[in-house]
Amino acid sequence: MSTTPLTAADYEVVIGLEVHCQLKTNTKMFCGCKNEFGGASNSHVCPVCLGLPGVLPVPNEEAIVKTLLTGEMLGCQIATRCKFDRKNYFYPDMPKNYQISQYDEPLCLGGAVTLDLLAYPKDAQKDPATVIDKPIRLTRIHLEEDVAKSFHFDDGTSGIDFNRAGTPLMEIVSEADMASAEEAFAYLSALKQIFVYGGVSDADMEKGQMRCDVNISIRPRGQKEYGTKCELKNLNSISGVRRAIKYEIARQIDVLGSGGTIRQETRRWDDDKGETTLMRVKEKAHDYRYFPEPDIQAVRTDHGLYDRAKERMPELPSAKKVRLTEKFGVSAYQAGVLAADAALADYFEKAAAPKPANGAAVANFLLNDFLATATGENPIPSLAPHFFGELAELSASGQINSKQAKEVFAQMFVTGRSPAVLVAELGLAQVSDVGALEAFCDQAIAANPKSVADFKAGKQNAVNALKGQVMKLSKGTANPQLVGDILVRKLSA
Amino acid sequence: MDTTSLTIPELRQKLSSGAIRPREVVDQLATRVADVDPKLRAYLQLDVEKARTAADAADITKPLGGVPIAIKDVINVQGDPCTCASKILDGYIAPYDATVITKLREAGAVLFGRTNMDEFAMGSSTENSSWGSTRNPWDLDRIPGGSSGGSAAAVGGHEAFAALGTDTGGSIRQPAALCSCVGLKPTYGRVSRYGLTAFASSLDQIGTFTKTVEEAALLLEIIAGHDPRDNTSIDRPVPKYTQSLHQGVKGLRLGVPKEYFIKGIDPEVEKAVRDAIDEYKKQGAEIVEVSLPHTQYAVAVYYIIATAECSANLARFDGVRYGKRAQNPKDILDMYGRTRAEGFGAEVKRRIILGTYVLSSGYYDAYYNRAQKVRQLIGGDFRLAFEKCDALLTPTSPTAAFKIGERTADPLQMYLADIFTIAVNLAGICGVSIPCGFTTNKLPIGLQIIGPKWGEETMLRVAHAYEQATPWHKEKPPL
Repeated sequence: MSTTPLTAADYEVVIGLEVHCQLKTNTKMFCGCKNEFGGASNSHVCPVCLGLPGVLPVPNEEAIVKTLLTGEMLGCQIATRCKFDRKNYFYPDMPKNYQISQYDEPLCLGGAVTLDLLAYPKDAQKDPATVIDKPIRLTRIHLEEDVAKSFHFDDGTSGIDFNRAGTPLMEIVSEADMASAEEAFAYLSALKQIFVYGGVSDADMEKGQMRCDVNISIRPRGQKEYGTKCELKNLNSISGVRRAIKYEIARQIDVLGSGGTIRQETRRWDDDKGETTLMRVKEKAHDYRYFPEPDIQAVRTDHGLYDRAKERMPELPSAKKVRLTEKFGVSAYQAGVLAADAALADYFEKAAAPKPANGAAVANFLLNDFLATATGENPIPSLAPHFFGELAELSASGQINSKQAKEVFAQMFVTGRSPAVLVAELGLAQVSDVGALEAFCDQAIAANPKSVADFKAGKQNAVNALKGQVMKLSKGTANPQLVGDILVRKLSA
Repeated sequence: MDTTSLTIPELRQKLSSGAIRPREVVDQLATRVADVDPKLRAYLQLDVEKARTAADAADITKPLGGVPIAIKDVINVQGDPCTCASKILDGYIAPYDATVITKLREAGAVLFGRTNMDEFAMGSSTENSSWGSTRNPWDLDRIPGGSSGGSAAAVGGHEAFAALGTDTGGSIRQPAALCSCVGLKPTYGRVSRYGLTAFASSLDQIGTFTKTVEEAALLLEIIAGHDPRDNTSIDRPVPKYTQSLHQGVKGLRLGVPKEYFIKGIDPEVEKAVRDAIDEYKKQGAEIVEVSLPHTQYAVAVYYIIATAECSANLARFDGVRYGKRAQNPKDILDMYGRTRAEGFGAEVKRRIILGTYVLSSGYYDAYYNRAQKVRQLIGGDFRLAFEKCDALLTPTSPTAAFKIGERTADPLQMYLADIFTIAVNLAGICGVSIPCGFTTNKLPIGLQIIGPKWGEETMLRVAHAYEQATPWHKEKPPL
C-alpha cells in the first residue's frame, strides 16, 4: 500500500443521478386542478390535492401516456400494468402524509441515455478525452405526485403553497455509470432534449421543472468495491450540477488523500459560495412502509395507453441528424446543432425544403449568422423560413457574394423585406461579368506594383491585397472567386 | 296525523297526495327527536331550521321528495360539521358534498342531522365516540352496536325515517341487528366512497338503515352507481332493486355455513336464526349446508388489513391544514405528536399503531402481505359456496346488545362482535341484516343474508320474503 497521498488521477469517480421531471399535463396527477406554474398561492387547489377528509385520487391518463412515451424514447422495458403505491412519511408539504408513487412495479425499467457530443458543455466538446455516444443506463422510470412548496419567513413562521401539490412528476433513476461532472452535465442536457422532443416537459431546471439529486462516490482506480457515496441536493441548474460535482470530487479526494474516510451524508450545494455543506448524516434508510394504493385500481398499459404513447414517438435527435445530413447535405456538426433544438430543426427544414441542394447554405446562415447574435433561450428567427431559403439561393447561385449576403441578412431583419427585394433596392447584384472584372483587375495591378512584385517573387498570398483593392474599386460587388482567378491569370502571364 | 313511524313509501304517498307538507314532516320528526334523543343520544348535530328550509324547497315529484334522511357523521355534507366523532375534527366544516349526498339531494331528500358513531368508524358499540355513547332504543343501558350506532338507534327508535351509515367490518349490519332495523352493506364498488372519510379503503362502503327491506332497496337505487371521482366504484348499471323484491324464495337455494353456528353464540340468537331458516324452508327454499373453511382467520386478517390502511388514511390529521392543532408547539414533531395524541381516542391510536407495525420494514411480508393472501382464500370460500347456493343465511351478531361498558376493557372481546360480518367486507360481497326476533328480555336479534358480488337483487328478494311473513319489522321500541 502506497504511503504517498493519492492524487486526483488515482481516483475513479462514480456518479448516479436521480432526476424528477414535471410533466406538462393540463391537470394534476390525481385531480382536475390546473397544472400551471405561477398563480396566486393556493389558487390551484381542491379537496383532493389538499388531502381533505373523504377525498379520493383519480389517475391522470395523459401523465401515464407521457411517461410511457418517455420510456419508449429511452429504450426502456414497458410494464404491462400501471399500479400505484403509498409512500408513507410525515411532512407539512405532504397533504395526506403519504405520497402516491410507484414502488415495485414502475412503468419503465432499464433503458439508457446516450451522451451525444453536443450535449456536453462547450469546453468538454473539444476535449479529446470525452467519450462519444457513451450510454448511461437507466434503472427505472416511475410516476408519482409532487409535494407542496414550503416557504420559511423571517418571523419564524412557515407557509405552504399547495399549487404544486399533486402535480405529476416522473422520476428517472440512472445507474452509477457517469464518471465525471461533464458526463453528468451531458446526461441532463440529453435528457432535457428528450423531454422537449417528446413534448412531455419543458425541463427547465431553473423553473424547477426538472430537479436533480446526485449520488457520488470515488474509489481508487482499479478498486472493485464502491466508495461511500454522498448525496448532493439543492442543484438548480445543469451547470450548477457540474460545479457541485467538481467541488465534491475535490472534497472527497481531499478527505481520502489526507487519510480520512467519507461518511455517508446528504450535502447541500451552495452555488453562491461554491461549496457543499452537510445537511444530514444518512444513518439508515427511512422506512416508508410502502403498500399498494387501495384507492386506485391497477390499469393495463397494453389496452391502449401504450399504443397512444407509441403514436406520439417523435423522430429522435439521432435519427433526425442522419436524415438532415442525407437529405440536405449539411455537415454532421451542423446536423447535430440543428437536431439539438427540435423547433430550430423544424425551421431549417421549412427553409431548405424548396431546394434541398442549398441545405448547407441555409444552415450556414441559420447557425453562423442568426444564432451567433440571437439572444434568449433556444431562439428561432422572427422571419418566415422562406427568407433564409431565398437568401441561400441568391448566394449559392452567385448573384451575390458572401459580403453582400451578410448585408442582406442584416437588412432583412431590420426592414422585414425579402432578400430579392433588398438586393434590387441596394443595388447589390454581384458583378460576374468578366470584362468588367478584367478592367477592375487591371486598375488594381497598375496601382499596386509592390504586391505584383511580391506575387511574382513567389508570395502567392500577395494576390489577396490585390483582390481587396478590386473589391474596393467595385464597391464590394465583384465576384471574389472570379477576381481571384483573373488576377492570378494576369500576374502569371 | 303523526308521520314519524311511517315507512318511506307511506310517507311519500301522503306527501304526493298533499295530505302533509315536507315542512310538517320535518317538524314532527324534530319533535320526536327532542322527545327521545336526550335518552338515545343518536344525533350529534341537527339544524332544524336548515332542514325546514330544505323541506320548503323539496321537489315532491322526485323519488325521495320531502323525505328526511339522517347522515352518519363520517360522510361529508357541504356546510355541515364533519367530526367523525373525533376531537381532532372538532369544528371542521365540510367544503363539499359526498357523491351520495349529491344523489340524495337530486332525489329530493331532505338532509336531517348527523348521527353518532365510533370515532373514525372504529368500534362495535359507539362507545368510542368522543362525544359520548348512544343508547339502544330497546334498552337504554345497552349499546346500539357500532360503528354506525347513532344511525341504527335513530331508525330503530323512530327518530329517523332512514339513515346513511358505513360498513367496514359490520358497522351497518351489526348495529341494525341490535336495534331491530334493516342494515344493508352493498357490494364493494357499488356505492361511491367519494366524500366518505376513509377508514379502510378496500373495505369501506356506504349503506343504509331503514325499517323495511323495500326502503333499503329504494335507497340503494338512489345512492348506487359509478362515480368518476371514485376509481374503485364500478361502472355497472344500477338495477331497479324495488322491482325484483316480490319474487319469493321458491326454488332458491339458501346456504347455511356451518362455521357460523359455533359455540359462543347466544342460544336465543341461534334459535331465532334457526327458526328463520325453517321459515324459508316453509316458503319453498332449499336449505343447503355449506362450508366457509377460512372463517376462523377473518378477524385476524381484518385487523391487519384495516389497521394498515387506516394508519395511512388517518395520517392526514396532523393539524397543518384543518381540524384541531395543539397549542404552542415547539417544533413540527411536537405539533404532530401532541395534535394527534390529544385529538385521537384510545381505540383509534391502538389501530394506527397496529397498522403502522404491520406495514413496517421486516414485518410487511409476515403480516400485511400474508393477510392479503389469506383474504383471497376467504373470498374463494364464498365464490365456491355461491356455486351451491344463491344466498347465505347466518346470525348477524353472536349476541344481542351487551351493556354499556361491558366490553370496553377488552378490545379483543369487542372485536369478536363482528365475527359474522367481517368476512363479507374482506370478500367485497353484499350483506343485509334484518330483524328476526327478540330475546326473552326483548332485545333484538338480527338475521344476516349474504349475497355474491352484485347479488343485491337476490339478497333483497330473500330478505323481503322473510320480512313480509313475520311481525318483527312492525315492532316499536318502548321509548
